Amino acid sequence: MNIHMTGVGGQGIGLLSELLLRALSVAGMEVRGVDTHGLAQRGGVVNSQIRTGSGEFSPLIAPGGADLVLALERHEALRAVGGYLRDKGALAYYDAVWQPFEVRNGSVPGVSTEALHEECRRRDIRAVRVFRDDLPDPRMQNTALLAEVLHNDLIPGLRPEHVTQAMEDLLQGGALKANLEILGVR
Amino acid sequence: MKKLGEMLLGESPFRELVMGNTALVRGMVEAGVRVVTSYPGSPTPEIATAIASIRKELRPFHFEFCVNEKVAVEVAYGAAVNGRPSVVFFKSVGLNVASDTFVQLNHMDIPGGLVVIVGDDPGAHSSQNEQDNRHLARMSYTPVLEPASPSEAYAFLLTAVSMARKHRMAVMLRMTTHVCHAKEMVSFGGWPNTPRDDTPGFDGSGGSHIPIGAMVARMKKRAIERLQASREPGLDRVLENGNPKRGIITAGLPFLSVLDVLSGAARKPDILKLGMVHPLSLDTISGFLRAHEEVLVLEELDDFIEQSVKAMAHDSGLSTRVLGKGCTEDWIGEFTPGRVREILHRLWPDSVVAPVSMAGNLAAPVRFPQMCPGCGHRSAFFAIGKALRKNDITVADIGCHTLGFLPPHEIGRLLMSMGASTGIGQGLSLFNSERRVVAFLGDSTFFHAGIPGVINAIFNNHRLTLIVMENGTTAMTGHQEHPGTGRNFNDPTERIPIRKVLEGLGIQNITEVDTYNQKALTTAVGKALESPGLSVVIAKHPCMLKFSREQRRKPGFVQRHVEVSEDKCTLARECIDRFGCPSFKRDGETGRVSTNTDLCIGDGSCIQTCPSDALGAVAPGKESR
Repeated sequence: MNIHMTGVGGQGIGLLSELLLRALSVAGMEVRGVDTHGLAQRGGVVNSQIRTGSGEFSPLIAPGGADLVLALERHEALRAVGGYLRDKGALAYYDAVWQPFEVRNGSVPGVSTEALHEECRRRDIRAVRVFRDDLPDPRMQNTALLAEVLHNDLIPGLRPEHVTQAMEDLLQGGALKANLEILGVR
Repeated sequence: MKKLGEMLLGESPFRELVMGNTALVRGMVEAGVRVVTSYPGSPTPEIATAIASIRKELRPFHFEFCVNEKVAVEVAYGAAVNGRPSVVFFKSVGLNVASDTFVQLNHMDIPGGLVVIVGDDPGAHSSQNEQDNRHLARMSYTPVLEPASPSEAYAFLLTAVSMARKHRMAVMLRMTTHVCHAKEMVSFGGWPNTPRDDTPGFDGSGGSHIPIGAMVARMKKRAIERLQASREPGLDRVLENGNPKRGIITAGLPFLSVLDVLSGAARKPDILKLGMVHPLSLDTISGFLRAHEEVLVLEELDDFIEQSVKAMAHDSGLSTRVLGKGCTEDWIGEFTPGRVREILHRLWPDSVVAPVSMAGNLAAPVRFPQMCPGCGHRSAFFAIGKALRKNDITVADIGCHTLGFLPPHEIGRLLMSMGASTGIGQGLSLFNSERRVVAFLGDSTFFHAGIPGVINAIFNNHRLTLIVMENGTTAMTGHQEHPGTGRNFNDPTERIPIRKVLEGLGIQNITEVDTYNQKALTTAVGKALESPGLSVVIAKHPCMLKFSREQRRKPGFVQRHVEVSEDKCTLARECIDRFGCPSFKRDGETGRVSTNTDLCIGDGSCIQTCPSDALGAVAPGKESR
């Protein structure tokens, strides 16, 4: 399975990718992944990719090769769907909006939920929108998204206990507790 | 929670999910490396992050971030020539800075062995070019190992250290961005943690390390002979698909792309996967050529392997058709699975199906990187812009402030390399009395390569306004310390204040302003621009990304926000259109401005930009949202 994750620098794509990679490994899958570091982390588009399967293969996914896109921002959800997701694939996105400069200054229109879902319908893509108004910190939107990935069974073979194990490997103290709580709400 | 630092020092073999950069550090531990140096630069700084996870007193080697890559190579060479197995790492263009010393290394006898890890950047994800550093390796008689994955990065680091020690030489380990940042399960070996022999071993008798006169020819002869002798067995391998017609020679990450693309292909070509890309093994290459009618050399960036393979085919009298770069595009960018499919389909359409076209899909508005909420550079550019005339020439340097060239600021219209802004600015000011010239320089860059340019301005009486954008850290690469911060990688250290350095050079005209004090900064820059000779403005404000992360970790921290007063807002949109903070958002229908509370850090630097006084800091929990 090929999973493309995306968002804006500062949203926590790195942690989402790290958690998911480890959880899939805990679930017994052979995994490869890759993250964006450097310049783009300053408010630019940040992508991570994960691939499961056996044998030697690249950590990078070809355009149109992703089975699932996980996005933390609406504009980036559309960009990833258009650039990486195959027809009949699945999108799960947290509906945060971090407007690019040209949307903020009004020179181009922003992406609406309707436009995004219409594009998904056109290409027979299952779209799952996630939004919660009870998060204590916007930096936990990644975990809220992961909870919905589990709830909607978007990754066959991935179960909550795998994600819990990954969280316990990577987090501690208050951050672990808060993230486990968000994961466990459903 | 798993502790990375403890894992990296584990005495028993283990398996762990790690990125390539982290795998290298376990390799250094197992190989008995004693000294590691660097200057931070993508895609390699996470090597230092992994090193930092090991408690300083338990670290089996000394590590330091040096002031620049040249000094880093020199420190590592000094340690290695004294018998310490050493490693230096930096980004692709870092090798340019280091090259004056790097090209000499293999003229020397280096008893400890020295491994130079270079993070090349095909695709220029985080660099000003995508230079192919295999050329500098050839120029300096340095062997090159090129891993394709984190597992190979670890294994090749062990091999590189062993080669370097055995032949008392320097060896290059050439990583690329997505080998550094790829993650997979890596099987590591054990580490006995035996005591190390730290006897200083330098022997300089007979002028052995002095490349002067007749010695140079002798040293060069040894370098050439040693290069040929350095090859280790088992680095290259052939993947047989039983195809006598077609073969592919490849290396590094493109090898994995080839495997991906060929997984569904009809009549798969055989593959020769090179681990050592310089020097090439004549036996291996000619054997592979002999076994095929047609061989494609599939390599990222330049035709480095292709040229040698063609020469070998010629010298061996082989009639095998050798294919390589087919068009200009083949020299550019990263050979991802998508790109490799395009290339193989173009060449062998009967075997590889065409890439999926994504061209008809709905596009999203473009998003460039931008300065963070609260960034002191934003206030600086906003204020400096008010002091500039339209035809003034602004020269940027490397660092977060480079982003000033983007809208809405569009300041810093030339960019070259570390520390280049001052020299370029001086050239721009010659025969030029009409257009004033402003050069920008970050603080880490000031120490790295900025000082000689400043001295040249004094030495040759140039007219220039220099603005030092001081944020108290090396921000772009992940907040490393530098000589002006009062800490090095390991300990507190004597801080070197930039202002005192400039004063020590005899510069009289220096003003220091906190960038949040925008009016004062505009005035200071306006005055500096009108003064003859060299004038300096130190535009300082601590990196707010680093600051806000530190604040958030404190117990009882509550996030503040700025709020837009609907009553007062006259839709002048100064905050969005000219100040450009990403924390503001625009309602697509009404055009009204409000705050994105996910982003706003409540620093309030925007408040002074509003002509109608509509912005104000809000106490936590009082938002009207």
